[in-house]
Amino acid sequence: MTAPLLEVDKLRKYFPIHGGVLQRVVNNVKAVDDISFGINPGEVVGLVGESGSGKTTVGRTILRLEQATGGTVRFGGTDVMGLNAADMRSYRKRMQIIFQDPYASLNPREKVREVLTHPLRLHKIGDPSEHEDRAATLLEKVGLSRDHLARFPHEFSGGQRQRIGIARALAVEPEFIVADEPVSALDVSIQAQVINLLEDLKNDLDLTMLFIAHDLGVVEHICDRVIVMYLGRVMEIASAADLYARPNHPYTKALLSAVPIPEPGRRRKRMVLKGDIPSPINPPSGCVFRTRCPIATADCAKIVPELKPVGDGHTSACIHTT
Amino acid sequence: MQHEETPPSQEPPLLEVRDLQTTFDLTKTLSICAVDGVSFDVHAGQTLAIVGESGSGKSVTSLSIMGLLPKDVGRVSGGSIKLAGREITQLSDAEMREIRGKEIGMIFQEPMTSLNPVHTVGQQIAEMVIRHENLSKSKARTRAIEMLELVGIPEPARRVDNYPHEMSGGMRQRAMIAMALSCEPRILIADEPTTALDVTIQAQMLELMHDLQQKLGMAIIFITHDLGVVAEVADRVVVMYAAQVVETAGVEDIFRNPRMPYTAGLMNSIPRLGSSINKQRLQAIPGTVPALTSLPAGCRFHPRCAFATDICKGAAPQLEKASESHMIRCARWRELDLNERQAS
Ligand SMILES: Nc1ncnc2c1ncn2[C@@H]1O[C@H](COP(=O)(O)OP(=O)(O)O)[C@@H](O)[C@H]1O
Ligand SMILES: Nc1ncnc2c1ncn2[C@@H]1O[C@H](COP(=O)(O)OP(=O)(O)O)[C@@H](O)[C@H]1O
Ligand code: SF4
Ligand SMILES: [Mg+2]
Ligand SMILES: [Mg+2]
Repeated sequence: MTAPLLEVDKLRKYFPIHGGVLQRVVNNVKAVDDISFGINPGEVVGLVGESGSGKTTVGRTILRLEQATGGTVRFGGTDVMGLNAADMRSYRKRMQIIFQDPYASLNPREKVREVLTHPLRLHKIGDPSEHEDRAATLLEKVGLSRDHLARFPHEFSGGQRQRIGIARALAVEPEFIVADEPVSALDVSIQAQVINLLEDLKNDLDLTMLFIAHDLGVVEHICDRVIVMYLGRVMEIASAADLYARPNHPYTKALLSAVPIPEPGRRRKRMVLKGDIPSPINPPSGCVFRTRCPIATADCAKIVPELKPVGDGHTSACIHTT
Repeated sequence: MQHEETPPSQEPPLLEVRDLQTTFDLTKTLSICAVDGVSFDVHAGQTLAIVGESGSGKSVTSLSIMGLLPKDVGRVSGGSIKLAGREITQLSDAEMREIRGKEIGMIFQEPMTSLNPVHTVGQQIAEMVIRHENLSKSKARTRAIEMLELVGIPEPARRVDNYPHEMSGGMRQRAMIAMALSCEPRILIADEPTTALDVTIQAQMLELMHDLQQKLGMAIIFITHDLGVVAEVADRVVVMYAAQVVETAGVEDIFRNPRMPYTAGLMNSIPRLGSSINKQRLQAIPGTVPALTSLPAGCRFHPRCAFATDICKGAAPQLEKASESHMIRCARWRELDLNERQAS
């Protein structure tokens, strides 16, 4: 067994809410609450769950774009949370992020040349005289061309901008990438192009990835394993094939049954969850899913379920699962 | 049931859109045709889905029907729209206001575009029914409560006095539907109503809209780019590409037997649940949608089409009838077997 590249242990991220004249902390948004998982080298792990479940916060906290409230993140065996600024810089180079919104994540006044050479300068990669060539090579790698170096972000379509976002993340030759909803804003035909591109790059460059998405079809397609989150906590972890064939947790079952299938006549009898996701400020006691769970009992309000094995490499956090 | 080869009924359609053309004057000298010769019928109690990628003209089609095109910029420049036999493209603003809400209701992706933040949900629904049905204030309030109940909002008698911001996202969606349906319109136009929602909330909305259609019998024009949603809600499907209809058929037909390469391409490009069993590469459509200011000659899809030959670059293909209920815009549709390619 190889050691995991990334180990997340009891990770917590609370966003304080200030109030009163003294602006004291009156409460917390428990965006991520006691989450543990590992990612093996070369693996693509999906993170799914409704919006507000804490997926983005997990990704950003791992990369230390947010300061964790508690828990540890180890990358290649090193505790990332304990690194000083100088050491963190070398880790930044190894861990990169691709954002959902290619529009918002690119500076409108920077030409593509600057977008792609900036990280090379920042991390002192290669000789400055080679930077332009490197940038051109990156563009070709993501299906664009050298001619695009002199253009501004607004001259590109959404799909092309996402390619630029991917090229920027790859510029520093990272080992690990957090892709936060990288195809969610794209039209289906373009989405397929970008998914194929990510798969090719992953294979060519031996990347390890945390792939955040709310489209369960996309996640199943691209991921080896999937983590299902709800209200800051992990509900279930399984291989993609297992999760879709044998979902264990009632939340996973509800999520999967909600996905419309592109086959007419298969209008399924589905498990429709009532209501919206509750506020992470005062999450339900016990199992956070219990207020919408179709099989909840009185015990669910008392016990915080632990992730327990329900199959080979398959864990689920529900006191009623077997 | 749906999907038969002949049109569903001999009754005249509720809405008849013929050769609709909508033009935007971008500058004094530059105009674009955002909807170019679009035709379809909508029958009572039926759901027509309009699918296509962003910029294909779906929203402009619906705004043209509603008479809500941006003044001075956009105009219906050709064709006709008949509501129960009555031509509505030439009506005055006052006449169109009568139709909106009363005859045709509309819901959008973002509920806050149809809900006014400074009035309670109850006031907004009441105002609508007072305007269209001349109800008294107290009767209008009762109707508002009934509508909120109908769309499944808990404690409607209390919620009726909520401002939109006091409701959760899912509840606002429901309130918007309640408002759109408060005068029992014969047609509901839903423009990407579930696109911004989580699948769980989307499932609630789709179920609600289905139930309401059963109860109230309205026709629905459902605009979406999600083929899963189309399969679920539609009786008939219109596929748009670059301002034109490229294929239209019953829902079974369009999914099982797409005849236009773009439609088939869309079907093959979506990752489906259950795909991890036998992982296959997605068949992406190369390239991007052309800008309306620089449309390719001939078939507008030809630069991206795997089947394009020289004839596709020549005369622009017309929408042709493959059967009574299946229309295709492709120069090569008679000779192509798209299923064969899918299998390979
Ligand atoms: N900077 C922040 N300050 C306060 N609350 C935040 C912040 N970022 C995220 N949150 C809250 O944390 C929760 C999880 O958010 P997020 O991680 O964005 O979820 P997801 O990506 O799954 O939609 C949400 O309730 C969100 O409002
Ligand atoms: N207010 C407007 N002014 C100018 N052009 C517009 C306007 N609204 C829409 N368009 C044009 O019409 C085309 C179709 O838009 P739309 O119907 O919104 O597409 P969609 O299929 O995504 O709903 C767009 O490509 C855009 O160029
Ligand atoms: S006309 Fe030609 S280019 Fe257009 S869809 Fe048919 S085969 Fe493809
Ligand atoms: Mg997010
Ligand atoms: Mg639109």
